[in-house]
Amino acid sequence: MSGFATAALNSLDIGLLLFVIAVGLNIVFGVLNIINFAHGALYMLGAYLAFTLIGLLGLPFWVALVVAPLGVAGLAIVIDRLLLRFIYGREITDSLLLTFALLLIINESTRLIWGSGIHVIDPPALLAGTLTLPGGLRYPVYNLFVIGVGLALLAGLWLLFNRSRIGRIMRAASLDGDMAASLGINTRAVVTGAFALGAWLAAVGGVVAAPMRAIDPGMGDKIIIESFIVVVIGGLGSFPGALIGALALGVIHGFGGRYLPEINLILPFIGMALVLLVKPHGLMGQKTD
Amino acid sequence: MSRVLMRALGVVGAAAVLAGLVAVPWVAPYFYIFIATEVVILGLLAASFNLVFGYAGMLSFGHAAFYGVGAYATALVLLHLQWPLIACLAVSAVAGAALALVIGFLSVRLDEVYFAMLTLAFGMMVFGVAYQWRSVTNGSDGIAGFMLTDFAPGVGWVLDDPAVYYHVVLGVVIVAAALLYLICRSSFGQVLRAIAQNPERVAFCGLNVRAYRLAAFTVAGAFAGLAGGLMAPFLRVASPEMLHWSMSAEPVLMAILGGTGYFLGPFVGAALFVLLETWITGFTEAWMLVLGVLLALMVMFFRRGVFGTALAWLTRRTGDRS
Amino acid sequence: MNTTDTPILSIRGLAKRFGGVAAVSGIDLDVAARETVAIIGPNGAGKTTLYNMISGRMTPSEGELVFEGRSITGLAPHRISRAGISRSFQINNIFPEMSVRENVEVAVSARRGTARRWWNIASRARGVQDEAAALVERLSIAHLAERRAATISYGDKRLLELAMVLATRPRLVLLDEPTAGMTPDETQRVTALIRRLADSGEFTFLITEHDMAVVFGLADRILVMHRGERLVLGTPEEVRVHPEVRRAYLGDTDEADEADETT
Repeated sequence: MSGFATAALNSLDIGLLLFVIAVGLNIVFGVLNIINFAHGALYMLGAYLAFTLIGLLGLPFWVALVVAPLGVAGLAIVIDRLLLRFIYGREITDSLLLTFALLLIINESTRLIWGSGIHVIDPPALLAGTLTLPGGLRYPVYNLFVIGVGLALLAGLWLLFNRSRIGRIMRAASLDGDMAASLGINTRAVVTGAFALGAWLAAVGGVVAAPMRAIDPGMGDKIIIESFIVVVIGGLGSFPGALIGALALGVIHGFGGRYLPEINLILPFIGMALVLLVKPHGLMGQKTD
Repeated sequence: MSRVLMRALGVVGAAAVLAGLVAVPWVAPYFYIFIATEVVILGLLAASFNLVFGYAGMLSFGHAAFYGVGAYATALVLLHLQWPLIACLAVSAVAGAALALVIGFLSVRLDEVYFAMLTLAFGMMVFGVAYQWRSVTNGSDGIAGFMLTDFAPGVGWVLDDPAVYYHVVLGVVIVAAALLYLICRSSFGQVLRAIAQNPERVAFCGLNVRAYRLAAFTVAGAFAGLAGGLMAPFLRVASPEMLHWSMSAEPVLMAILGGTGYFLGPFVGAALFVLLETWITGFTEAWMLVLGVLLALMVMFFRRGVFGTALAWLTRRTGDRS
Repeated sequence: MNTTDTPILSIRGLAKRFGGVAAVSGIDLDVAARETVAIIGPNGAGKTTLYNMISGRMTPSEGELVFEGRSITGLAPHRISRAGISRSFQINNIFPEMSVRENVEVAVSARRGTARRWWNIASRARGVQDEAAALVERLSIAHLAERRAATISYGDKRLLELAMVLATRPRLVLLDEPTAGMTPDETQRVTALIRRLADSGEFTFLITEHDMAVVFGLADRILVMHRGERLVLGTPEEVRVHPEVRRAYLGDTDEADEADETT
């Protein structure tokens, strides 16, 4: 029974972290109509920046949690202004190619700066150790913290998109950029803002994941594939879809690792293939017709 | 300049390039045999990618999966069964096509955004399997230690000699490229180009666009598998890196470097790519970084590729003169 | 025109809703073979949505479509094209980077079943070439055959699209505003051409059109749509004098606008 409960908590933990990252991918797609192939690389960059701030400079985790994502968001603004602006209005293929090139650039730069080795950082003292939950289950405090961060961001994003002016503007821009522009909204700023927000979410994911997982040059690849699986399962561009897809993948990992270890690796892909066969536009996707 | 004269020039030029390629082992330094072998094999890989991208208009980020599976197929058959090379290559092509059929079936259902994501994701699944299924694939070390067989039963070519292997590769790739060229110029190829420009109109002409895309993807998988089958004996190993997405980036850049609108573009791109790689890795480890920067610059400023830009410049010049 | 024969196309209670909004509702229509039926109505009346359902671009929310005795409700576009229905679009829908000749060749080879041949050189496929040549001749765009399709005039693009529509040898042709955006000269040319095609007895036409001169010149019967519903169905004479039509459509400023534009 406690094995089941642990698996369930792990699922939630993995799922909410994936949600934070995949929803960033979705926001960028919604507003810019671009799939950012470098999204996983930005996640990795968040983790490496956290490693530098905490492991090398000795700053507290909380400082890294604030500073690293802002740094990555700043980089995203530079990327948008320097590179992406060349291909706005071009065929969608060109945007895919360009962010794919970005993936190569960021991945390789990371390897050149920080090396190919594996790094680890410890969770802050406040979140170290385990907690005994009601029912006698012992669970790492840090993983509970990750669940908390995921829930907080879920609520925050929901409020942003449903209760704030800026969120409504983003949704308007994602539905029809020309119309938003004709209403006097500065679409350039909205586009750059959305790209930065997406990058910020990826980097928050990276910082939060760092104390749980190894920091290595392959971590971005792993997460971008997972994020793709999430948005394909949930439906590209759908906010609830990202949540459902992420939780589904969390369950696949949380339980698959425990009960089906031999095929654990390809289970997410089997799940994605099933969704593609039954509901090609994803569980929450809108068929455009 | 008249069209006939242009065509004659093209034929003469192609014959000269072919003669030059055949002569490489006799006229160029030993080292260049290896460069030329790599160029020719990767040229086929890039051309197979371009059937999907340049002709059918679908951007695949998972092309290494078919190339890598082809490499593993030949390596495994050589290791366990010692079939003649030509049979190994056939197995590689079939393996590439079969994998492309499965991945393609799931990936061509929706638009190009999904296609790019899904090909990357499924490609990485294949990488993951090759990496972890140690009993068959030998994990991260890959399949090595196989002996080369005859090319075909009773053919006594010494494939261990790099010059001989190069000529075998050149012959196989010329035949494969001729076949690929026929496909591109056929009625089927014409439909693929039409699909790239306007899939909806093709559907309203009564054709099942998805089936045509899947067919193109499967054919491309076969040729990529063949390229992988040629590469494994050359490298003496089939390793997971050959399946990784960063390997998929190579045909993408080659095709774009040369020019996606031309059949020969990817071959030109492969030559530029390999020469550039050889030169750059001579003084820095950051080749992948250069690759990324190059791809970004090409996409932003030279979308027609080197070959395409040059050809456009040439035809403009000759157009001015007439 | 004898409309008591078995209809070639039979539309029963057809409806399409987007969310809660009905774009088309409760449309009934029988089209006889070799008849030309015009569908008119103000913008947003549901004409294009109706076309999209007949041609398979959209799945109906309700109702049934029967073509030559066979249900085609909700079939994919390529299957409906195969069944013998072809359409043009309001916005030109061609292959811009191909020559005019190649555009038609693709459509011809799709119908002839040669499209899946990977072993024949397209530019040497005699049968396809000849048929495509005959089609561009029939639509009087033969002089443009080698031009890149993106570079020909707007009116010629419409003719090219019509050539591709005919290449599939349809029994039923759906034309969506065939003269929209044309000069008066071009309009006359296209109208005469459609007239000739209709008179050839090979095709049944559905035509949506804003230009009332074109509509009344071509149609055997007219379906007037208003807010997604069928307002009136009748001969041009019946429609012309129908009080509701005069009030809802012909009487409003639409016709005056058309007249202004053409002068």
